[in-house]
Amino acid sequence: MSTFLGMPAIHAPRGVGGLRGDESFPKAAKAALGDTQLRANIGRATRTIREKRAAVVEEVPDWEELRLAGQQVKAATMARLDDHLRTLEEAVTRRGGVVHWARDANEANAIIADLILATGETEVVKVKSMVTQEIGLNEALEAQGITATETDLAELIVQLGHDKPSHILVPAIHRNRAEVREIFLREMPGVPPDLTDDPRQLAMAARAHLRQKFLTAKVAVSGANFAVADSGTLLVVESEGNGRMCLTLPETLITVMGIEKVVPTWQDLEVFLQLLPRSSTGERMNPYTSAWTGVTPGDGPQAFHLVLLDNGRTATLGDHVGREVLHCIKCSACMNVCPVYERTGGHAYGSVYPGPIGAVLTPQLTGIEDNSSLPFASSLCGACFDACPVRIDIPSLLVHLRERHTEEQAKEHRLPTPEAAALSLVGWVMQSPRRFRMAETALRMARPFARSGRFRSLPFPLSAWTTSRDAPAPPPETFREWWERTRDQ
Amino acid sequence: MKVALFVTCLADGLFPEVGRATVTLLERLGHEVVFPKAQTCCGQMHTNTGYGRQAVPLVRHHVETFEEFDAIVAPSGSCVGAVRHQHAMLARKAGDDDLAVRAEATASHTWELSEFLVDVLGVEDVGAHYPHRVTYHPTCHSLRLLRVQDKPLRLLRAVRGLHLVELPDADQCCGFGGTFAVKNADTSTAMLADKMKNIMSTRAESVTAGDSSCLMHIGGGLSRLRVGTRTVHLAEILASTENSVGR
Repeated sequence: MSTFLGMPAIHAPRGVGGLRGDESFPKAAKAALGDTQLRANIGRATRTIREKRAAVVEEVPDWEELRLAGQQVKAATMARLDDHLRTLEEAVTRRGGVVHWARDANEANAIIADLILATGETEVVKVKSMVTQEIGLNEALEAQGITATETDLAELIVQLGHDKPSHILVPAIHRNRAEVREIFLREMPGVPPDLTDDPRQLAMAARAHLRQKFLTAKVAVSGANFAVADSGTLLVVESEGNGRMCLTLPETLITVMGIEKVVPTWQDLEVFLQLLPRSSTGERMNPYTSAWTGVTPGDGPQAFHLVLLDNGRTATLGDHVGREVLHCIKCSACMNVCPVYERTGGHAYGSVYPGPIGAVLTPQLTGIEDNSSLPFASSLCGACFDACPVRIDIPSLLVHLRERHTEEQAKEHRLPTPEAAALSLVGWVMQSPRRFRMAETALRMARPFARSGRFRSLPFPLSAWTTSRDAPAPPPETFREWWERTRDQ
Repeated sequence: MKVALFVTCLADGLFPEVGRATVTLLERLGHEVVFPKAQTCCGQMHTNTGYGRQAVPLVRHHVETFEEFDAIVAPSGSCVGAVRHQHAMLARKAGDDDLAVRAEATASHTWELSEFLVDVLGVEDVGAHYPHRVTYHPTCHSLRLLRVQDKPLRLLRAVRGLHLVELPDADQCCGFGGTFAVKNADTSTAMLADKMKNIMSTRAESVTAGDSSCLMHIGGGLSRLRVGTRTVHLAEILASTENSVGR
């Protein structure tokens, strides 16, 4: 069910940003499934994070209560999102920051590019940010002659490899260290030619490369993990310290964040700063938590801009059920436990938001028809819900979006799709025990085609099943018939 | 106790031995089993494929068939999950609050077999005998929708002659997921391959679970690989005795 919020639903525009892949999930997944190196890399990495997370979650006696608190703070915040955003804008402005509102990716990219060009600079450093991936900021800046350097190690590996991120927390999860060494040798200027694939050596090479960028950059672009409405404070949590360098050294700081990242007060952070690090990196506390409020003369950036991005979020908020996806704190725990993600990797989802949360977030941001295969990219096993620190009921959201898709399809097409027709027929049969029984009898006609009680191949579309599995043949007697034969005498 | 058997459409049409075993077991424990013949399907396939509206008549039919009974038992975590978590929601979404209330009432006395045995009847030793090496796959819906926890394992541990071996990565999905296995056949196959690898590593003669659907998927894969491990529903193990012929 959707609600009209008084303005037209604006989705993330086509032709810009990282929310749309070239092919449907099943097709893209098929290619990924054939890449054994990728599957090995991702399988190993997700298992490691999974085990780390499970251990530190186990330590917290009130973990379930914390999850409940997180869920409730988010739900209450979303119910009055407009108020909290206005409060945030006032507080940021009062402390010397400038707030910009961007309806979509194009507006946000234009605002940021103009702000950078106005400083006279053409090089910026970036803190790892999902939202800038979502809007395709780096590409948009490049078109304006601005070079953006990613300073998160994994994000840097992706950028140097001319690659796409495949995990929201570990963007280079699909690469192993031998591949990283190769990328550095090929793409990183001044890298020692005798570089080995020892993780420490790789990190030191990246550190030397980045240090020079930090010390020269006059402008930085960041995302935000949270924004506290009543004080106008922005927060970035990270593990490497690169974020802190970007947030303190440059003269101008531009932060772009999705409007759902706001929390009402500092007190609310107490809940999320416990939930986030344990869920994402399996750490008790994240190593670097940077918070800044407006500008402070003589300390840190002297110009601060905050770009508040919609890009489909208001449209998502208008869906009573689907809006729950906006509670996401981007911890990636759902990805690490998802059996589908583990085998296909992130690229198969075609969006910078992969995995279970991506499968419900992406189609809502773009409009469901632009990503209609994603809500079906799940076996509904429910592992994601159990792992989610703010208790987003991802399986139910997937089912809800599947229904929105089939209903929109039914509206668009006068004739039902073969699937809709087949399911209507099954539904009609199942509404009557007499018809169900007749169908069972009809099914039995296929028995002579079975070999030792099984079918080696079935007709389309069930042939997809028998590419790798034998299907059971109908038994000589159904349960119903057995009951009648033995009990109804 | 008088128990209404919700056999599920899959067990009725394709795996009648699971229904027969459930009847045998409950009768052996001294209960009267009735089979409401009007029953068809819980509508989960429609709901989970995105045809929730088409599932509403099936919900109504299910409620009308079962609401008069005090105890309804199904040998399927998945179908009981649909009854408990989807029926009232579907009715409410369709604007039928009366049906939603009746669906909630019906769901409140619908149990998956292991829940019924352990929680309602309070038995763990059902007097079964099954002298085989067995591994247990906790199906996703039993594990996470119903939270049956270790009830099936407690029942299995009490079976005489049964050698229970732990399944590595037991809580990982087998890749069935209803229409997922058809719509995303390749990914489903990859998930199944790992599940089979883990099953074979246990060197179990049989793999058991509380759901015919997951067992159909796993069994279909094992059959293709021509390995000896067979699938057997939990109800069939619990129904077996020293005197029973068959598996």
